[in-house]
Amino acid sequence: MDLKDKLIASFMAFENNVDIDHPVHDVRSEAMKNFETKGFPSKKEEAWKYTSLNKLQKIDFSIFPKEENALEYKDVKKYFLHEIDTYKIVFIDGIYSSFLSETTHDGVDICLMSSALTKPMYKQVIDVYFNKVASKEESLTTLNTAFSREGAYIYIPKNKMPKKPVEIIHFSTGNEASLLVQPRNLIIAEENAELQVIERHQSLTSNEVLTNSVTEIFAAKNAIVDYYKVQNDVSTASLIDNTYIDQKDTSVVKVHTFSFGGKLTRNNLNFYQNGQHIDSTMKGVTILGEKQHVDHHTLVHHIEPNCESHQDYKGIYGENSTGVFNGKIIVDKIAQKTNAFQQNNNILISDKATINTKPQLEIFADDVKCSHGCTIGQLDEDALFYLQSRGIPKKEARALLMYAFANNVLESVRIPELKTRINKLIATKLGVRLGFDL
Amino acid sequence: MLKINDLHAKVEDKDILKGINLEVNAGEVHAIMGPNGSGKSTLAAVIAGKEEFEVTQGSVVLDGEDLEDAAPEERAHKGVFLSFQYPVEIPGVSVTNFMKTAINESRKARGLEDMPANEMLKLIREKSEMLEIDRKFLSRSLNEGFSGGEKKRNEIFQMAMLEPKLAILDETDSGLDIDALRIVANGVNKLKSKENAVIVITHYQRLLEYIVPDFVHVLHDGKIVKSGGKELALELEEKGYDWIKNEAVV
Repeated sequence: MDLKDKLIASFMAFENNVDIDHPVHDVRSEAMKNFETKGFPSKKEEAWKYTSLNKLQKIDFSIFPKEENALEYKDVKKYFLHEIDTYKIVFIDGIYSSFLSETTHDGVDICLMSSALTKPMYKQVIDVYFNKVASKEESLTTLNTAFSREGAYIYIPKNKMPKKPVEIIHFSTGNEASLLVQPRNLIIAEENAELQVIERHQSLTSNEVLTNSVTEIFAAKNAIVDYYKVQNDVSTASLIDNTYIDQKDTSVVKVHTFSFGGKLTRNNLNFYQNGQHIDSTMKGVTILGEKQHVDHHTLVHHIEPNCESHQDYKGIYGENSTGVFNGKIIVDKIAQKTNAFQQNNNILISDKATINTKPQLEIFADDVKCSHGCTIGQLDEDALFYLQSRGIPKKEARALLMYAFANNVLESVRIPELKTRINKLIATKLGVRLGFDL
Repeated sequence: MLKINDLHAKVEDKDILKGINLEVNAGEVHAIMGPNGSGKSTLAAVIAGKEEFEVTQGSVVLDGEDLEDAAPEERAHKGVFLSFQYPVEIPGVSVTNFMKTAINESRKARGLEDMPANEMLKLIREKSEMLEIDRKFLSRSLNEGFSGGEKKRNEIFQMAMLEPKLAILDETDSGLDIDALRIVANGVNKLKSKENAVIVITHYQRLLEYIVPDFVHVLHDGKIVKSGGKELALELEEKGYDWIKNEAVV
């Protein structure tokens, strides 16, 4: 049985365990129909030209983990941003771990999607927001919607800000030979609210894991959301991340994606600007080796006038790794005075590494400022000579230059401890002792 | 200390150095002057080991050792320092961290442990005061957004930190106002000793009022066409380079 058939069969089993009379289940059933029709995307589709899911589909993934698996905090502490206090929503093999989590209902809701989808007190919010910005067409998103049951639920009411950042961490323990998990996150920042989220997926063994995640983020008027994705998983873990963001007037949403690991990673990041004077920022640092594959697909839809979007993705590709950047910007006819900037710079440090980069601009307004730039290059020889002439060996000099190349993406990281962590990850990833703590 | 014998070098297919002979002893200051395009900066880069230039003939010998196969960092470890005309910007790496890396790499090459942090701090403080560098400046990204003067002062700061045997200052005076020039020159003079040597590459005589050379060489079309004492620099300032070019042709 191929994976698609298995999923269809599993849906019936899934229905035995959820309330099928709940209105949310109509949404699931609708989504399942779409997935049944469309199936997994193939390389024939333009959006999947450079990323193939064929090999993943041949793996016999378990759809439901058999039992809950416990983890000791001390064994996984390093994956948390333990230098600071945070709220934590932790899942082990797709199942919520209350032991590792720290949730709250104190003025804000930082808790579980399974509660939000079932308890009457959340019904109103779910009716308004659930599956409202996520695509009802894109097959992997609909696959997630069909099986949506668990994930993080964050609701920040008007004028509120949680006392500390929120970490959403998914561990997989290798309890199953191969596991498919489909987290579903819903994040709402009401008017004037502010929120910082760090999301991480971490496999703890070399058993295959595939995560097909959907996150919906709603930023109301004047809200500020910083979202950080740390993708540094093992070489048998694949991730398809579908993030949909709905922004209203004068809201500011920044998504940083740090891709340093994993087998196959696909980031579908979609911004919809439903208001004026909105600021949307997407930044990424990608550093790959081995046969790793990362595909960044961004979309910014400028629907109303006077908004801005900023994209800055830096990639360093070594060994046999492959990178894809596809940045789509749509500016509607009424979205005058739009400022949309897009930058994608890449360095190839191996003859066998590949990058496919493609800006895609669809501009229907005439009074806009849009710019895009893609570069693929090697390191600057003059800069290399400068560092070497100071006694820094070529290998370390190269690493220092790559670090400098990626660095400006980090400037906008607003959690200093996270910034330090990422700096260290970059240094480690580049494989050198730089002689100082970055 | 440094012996350059009949040095020829080219970049791509263009011959730039066409037979340079130069001997620099410890304790000496040499000035190399010459019109634009005469090969001054190339000479500096070739001594420092820039791979882009191909040495086709002759040799660069430091303390009896031919540098032909030495990488730029190895030359640095042996005590060669080049102050760049256009220092490169390295965003995200502070001046302090950069110096730590450079110093510890040099120590590693000599089989020494990392310099202890307190010693490093003391050294940084001492040298930055000498060059009248603000402490805040040291935590800024290397050369990023520095003014021309700041870049040059930072180059001399690096020289002070690394204490080279042979320092080559490539157009260190360009882009400096008179105050900055004085600070930079004072720094170089304080670093001068009987054990080390300085080669000052400059277009103008101005810097040589502050860093007084023992010898002045005029480079023209890839060759040293005239050498003399410090008075030669004054003569050049007065008469320009044309008379030397004419002399060279004769």
